[in-house]
Amino acid sequence: MSNLPEPVDFDLAGGDRRSLNRSLHALAGDGAGARWNIRNPGGRHALCVGMAAEAELAIHGHVGYYCAGMNRSANIVIHGNAGPGVAENMMSGSVRVKGNASQSAGASGRGGLLVIEGNASARCGISMKGIDIVVAGSVGHMSAFMAQAGHLVVCGEAGADLGDSIYEAVLYVRGPVASLGADCVEKEMTDAHRERVGGLLAAAGVEADPGSFRRYGSARRLYNFNVDRADEY
Amino acid sequence: MCGIVGLYAKNPELRPRLGELVSPMLVELGDRGPDSAGIAFYRRPVAGGGSKITVHHVDPGYEWGSLRDAFAARCGADVEMEVRGSHATLASPLPPADVERWFGERHPELRVMSVGDTIELYKEKGLPVDVVDRFGFRDIDGSHALGHTRMATESAVTTEHSHPFSTGLDLCLVHNGSLSNHNRLRRNLRREGIAFQTDNDTEVAAGYLTWRLREGDSLDEALEAANDDLDGFYTFAVATRDGFAVLRDPIACKPAVLAETEDWVAMGSEFRAIAPLPGADRAEIWEPTPGRVYHWGGATT
Repeated sequence: MSNLPEPVDFDLAGGDRRSLNRSLHALAGDGAGARWNIRNPGGRHALCVGMAAEAELAIHGHVGYYCAGMNRSANIVIHGNAGPGVAENMMSGSVRVKGNASQSAGASGRGGLLVIEGNASARCGISMKGIDIVVAGSVGHMSAFMAQAGHLVVCGEAGADLGDSIYEAVLYVRGPVASLGADCVEKEMTDAHRERVGGLLAAAGVEADPGSFRRYGSARRLYNFNVDRADEY
Repeated sequence: MCGIVGLYAKNPELRPRLGELVSPMLVELGDRGPDSAGIAFYRRPVAGGGSKITVHHVDPGYEWGSLRDAFAARCGADVEMEVRGSHATLASPLPPADVERWFGERHPELRVMSVGDTIELYKEKGLPVDVVDRFGFRDIDGSHALGHTRMATESAVTTEHSHPFSTGLDLCLVHNGSLSNHNRLRRNLRREGIAFQTDNDTEVAAGYLTWRLREGDSLDEALEAANDDLDGFYTFAVATRDGFAVLRDPIACKPAVLAETEDWVAMGSEFRAIAPLPGADRAEIWEPTPGRVYHWGGATT
């Protein structure tokens, strides 16, 4: 006999988003292990935001803006595409998008793992602050803009201006990069980096050869204003 | 904000239900644009060089019947007229240029919304859900439709500032975003003979496309040129007699989702506008790449 509680089914076709989010917030404290199936999301906004329990949530369909924002501890799987700002400001836990993600996926995330099995569009990982993001497909322009900490692993291609004004986040890209943003440079891949990529891919359940990635990061020339470099800003 | 919806019925069996399908899309994006709303419908083309005109008058007691009689006398033939809310569409055997001239000279009190042989354009101030009811959008058939819900940022909230904007015969434009160089462009375009009714930024984009098309550009070429000459944020959708085209600016802050099934092609600012369509759960769905022109149904002329 399993001790797992029965999964809860919540149908948004006949239900209200706020009542869903309120019920999920009530799991904080003793809701660990809860399992929820959320159906007919219909592209609605801010579903499953502010989770604070080790619950397992599955959303069956496409979601709109800011799904799973501020997630702490929960493991959330979106069986569909995600609108802008999926898993923004995530603290811990995981969010998996089975389809594609729109712009600003994982924006300003502080922790946890975001996996996008399809492509992510512009500004993926913008201002990330410790989150790990693994994209099985490609990312759009201005990804990892002002990224401060954490890792972005891209198995496909990266759009223009990757890592513009980046701080200490580390970017691994397997395919071509359209262009690097200001102060973002390619860096050497060592065994330690390959090991790191391998670990992230394994955690994400994404198959790719860690040896086929290139590493990008900050040249650290934009940290302080330097009058001799004024032309570069 | 602002919301854009577009629907093209690939399957002719959906055409009688076009308004019924596109109306909920517009209502769903009502919160992206509660100031005004409008839809351009493409339906029942007038044959043999005739044309359709949609005109608007603010007075609910306007004598549409006498307008039709006077216009029929000018045409020397029967004129088909459909009154919807504050708008009326009149179909006649007269070519578009003659129709525009007659209305311009005889009825300057009317605002011309669109001219062509297939387009009908209805738009008005108010909540999208109310606008849908006032015009009876749910009952309108057609091959395709392009609609807009407006949250004003650049200029006043009035019916004439609402979208879609006509950009020439059977052409119209809707816009999500804002343009920053529209004042200078408007001055330049006026020198080229393009007329403007308002101080609205989107009307300048519409005028810009009208000018480029007049100078011989294809729609694709005109949109690509817009990428260079228009400064600001935009997702544009342009409808033509045969289909529609979509373009996002290269920075792409404004959203857009495209979806396609065997039966239809749809565009929405967000997926939730598309979700109620039959078969949306099985549709191919993607986000248009910034700076790239997409088109359907032969919208390349």
